[in-house]
Amino acid sequence: MTRPVVIRGGRVIDPSTGGDAVADVMIDDGRIGAVGRNIGSPDGAVEIDARGKVVAPGFIDLHTHLREPGQEDLETVATGASAAVAGGFTAVCAMPNTDPVADNQGVVGFIVRQAQRAGKARVYPIGAISVGQKGQQLAEFGEMVGAGAVAVSDDGKPVMSSHLMRTALEYARVFGIPVADHCEEMTLAQGGAMHEGLVATRLGLKGIPAAAEEIMVARDIILAELTGGHVHLCHMSTRGSVELIRRAKEKGLRVTAEACPHHFTLTHEACEGYDTNAKMNPPLREAADREAVRQGLRDGTIDVIATDHAPHHYDAKEREFDDAPNGIIGLETALGLAVSELVEGGLLTLPELVLRMSTLPARLFHLPGGTLATGAPGDVVVFDPAAEWEVRPERFASKSRNTPFAGRRLRGRAEVTIVGGEVVYQRT
Amino acid sequence: MTGLGKDLVGLEPLSADQLRLILDTAEPFKEVSERQIKKVPALRGKTIVNLFFEASTRTRISFEFAEKRLSADTVNVAASGSSVSKGETLVDTAKNLEAMRIDMVVIRHGSSGAASFLGQRIASNVINAGDGKHEHPTQGLLDMLTLRDRFKRLQGIKVAICGDVLHSRVARSNIWGLTKLGAEVGVCGPPPLLPRNIEELGVTILPRIEDAIAWADALNILRLQLERMTAGFIPSLREYNRVFGVTTERLKKAPKDLLILHPGPMNRGVEIDSDVADGEHSVILPQVTNGVAVRMAVLYLLAGGRPGPQQAAGGDEA
Repeated sequence: MTRPVVIRGGRVIDPSTGGDAVADVMIDDGRIGAVGRNIGSPDGAVEIDARGKVVAPGFIDLHTHLREPGQEDLETVATGASAAVAGGFTAVCAMPNTDPVADNQGVVGFIVRQAQRAGKARVYPIGAISVGQKGQQLAEFGEMVGAGAVAVSDDGKPVMSSHLMRTALEYARVFGIPVADHCEEMTLAQGGAMHEGLVATRLGLKGIPAAAEEIMVARDIILAELTGGHVHLCHMSTRGSVELIRRAKEKGLRVTAEACPHHFTLTHEACEGYDTNAKMNPPLREAADREAVRQGLRDGTIDVIATDHAPHHYDAKEREFDDAPNGIIGLETALGLAVSELVEGGLLTLPELVLRMSTLPARLFHLPGGTLATGAPGDVVVFDPAAEWEVRPERFASKSRNTPFAGRRLRGRAEVTIVGGEVVYQRT
Repeated sequence: MTGLGKDLVGLEPLSADQLRLILDTAEPFKEVSERQIKKVPALRGKTIVNLFFEASTRTRISFEFAEKRLSADTVNVAASGSSVSKGETLVDTAKNLEAMRIDMVVIRHGSSGAASFLGQRIASNVINAGDGKHEHPTQGLLDMLTLRDRFKRLQGIKVAICGDVLHSRVARSNIWGLTKLGAEVGVCGPPPLLPRNIEELGVTILPRIEDAIAWADALNILRLQLERMTAGFIPSLREYNRVFGVTTERLKKAPKDLLILHPGPMNRGVEIDSDVADGEHSVILPQVTNGVAVRMAVLYLLAGGRPGPQQAAGGDEA
């Protein structure tokens, strides 16, 4: 039996109710017990002083790579879940590109059990769309959902077959789950190492044109209209994509989208000097793309912020740019980047930030959490939006260190993270 | 006036003064190769590794001659394929070589950025002998030296780089070097073989080969890799020659005689016709001769040789 928790005197932001006021939050028996002024302290309660800080429903990352099973030297469910709570996330959705692929109830169930054993953040597996992520045969959505999957995706690999994508969107409707797509037209993107543009031309690296993403975004929108399915567009990176989504939403289609902190913070210039920590897919784009992503987050064209947390070993990044793997870790820098770039940049208010990192992620993938309503799961983050800190990868809870943000000074960090009424992270 | 720094990874980071320093230092070294005894003691006692991850005949031999004529001790390492397929990483390979106490590494590698990657991780001087599609600085320098020999200046001359600019490290080094010294650079090739935003590097895009011939004082004709056809960039070599080939017939219509450069190896009858390659305005072989002198200058300067170039070429081997 966990002890009750009372978080006192913080600015309590709950976009699900529109609440934004200084108050206490009481969590009892793993659930939100009460939000209000001068709440009494139950016997044996843990008291947390949140004066000057924000109290919000815990962040939910719809796009995380935990690497287990198969690449436990890079990350495990336990270390990834620890990194999550250190970043203020109370739940993460684990992408299925593991080894073996999470394309069946066995692997999905294994990930759920590993997360329960770790006891940090909640982990919701995302099942594969196709068997082995090979893009041919549909995976068993029904059995995976039964084992705990909350969505399907072949992330890491695009669904090149439009027939498969159509089928997935239609079949997913039976289970009410979204189909999350990594949008990349492979014949255009093949062999590309970074964004196609001036920097790639100068560095002599093969580029990935923005069109490679936009063609698939357009296709997915058309298929969403055809099928009535819910397509969730992962890690949007180009101004063209943002424009396509804006128009789809105006038409009322079931299209949702996410953007990553690196895409609203960096541009392809970060690849100068062949910095492999700036190598990712989709690649860092141009200033106008970054601005479009920011504006998309501001006006809601892009619904949520997701990390695309992608751990890689030091050795794998310590090589020629062409040979280095794509991706960076993001769970422990997402909040700091979102506050520094979007809130300080005047694009989002703090309630809007919580909306895009907690309330809407929960709503989009039909997850518990994302709210401080009485009876909701006791998943809460206390964060200090004014705290300034320096990114020190050697201090990360993640097993990996691959980040282009080392040494960067950020504002905003998690102080306390509570999952199911239990304090699972407290900054020391 | 400073030297070149530790490494030569490209012409992009160099200043106009540094480029001139290399070209001026190359002048007296030309004469060394014309001597009966083709050797000076400038790099005596220095150890240089030629680390070639890609096949190369001309560049490797040119570097080796340059090193030997400066009295350096040289070792050639031909490591085929990328470091990944070889099982040892590039940085491990280089650190092992360095543990044997070497002074310089000349590297040719299929990945863009490999030379600067290496230069950041080892203490020895690193010279880029071509990295992927990035740069081939000594080729750029020898092209510039050859142009300067003929025109007596680079300022204001018009050089059209023709062909597969997209995949060409030679093109990039030429663009940087020539524009920094005041030449005008144009690029001409099938649009699928021109890189995005190339005009932002300060070059003029010349849509047709006829436009390049009408515009330029010199043509630098790039080798067309035969695999570009199967990769879908161009329909056929025959059509390439018909539309973009440099032929005598086309050159006859030029308002003036054009100097003809080619970094080699040539595909005769594809990007360049034989009578052009062998014609009176071709400087393709003088380019090769200048390659040794330019590489001697680079090696000499990176080894800490003093800019006063006459001293470098002075003194026969005792």
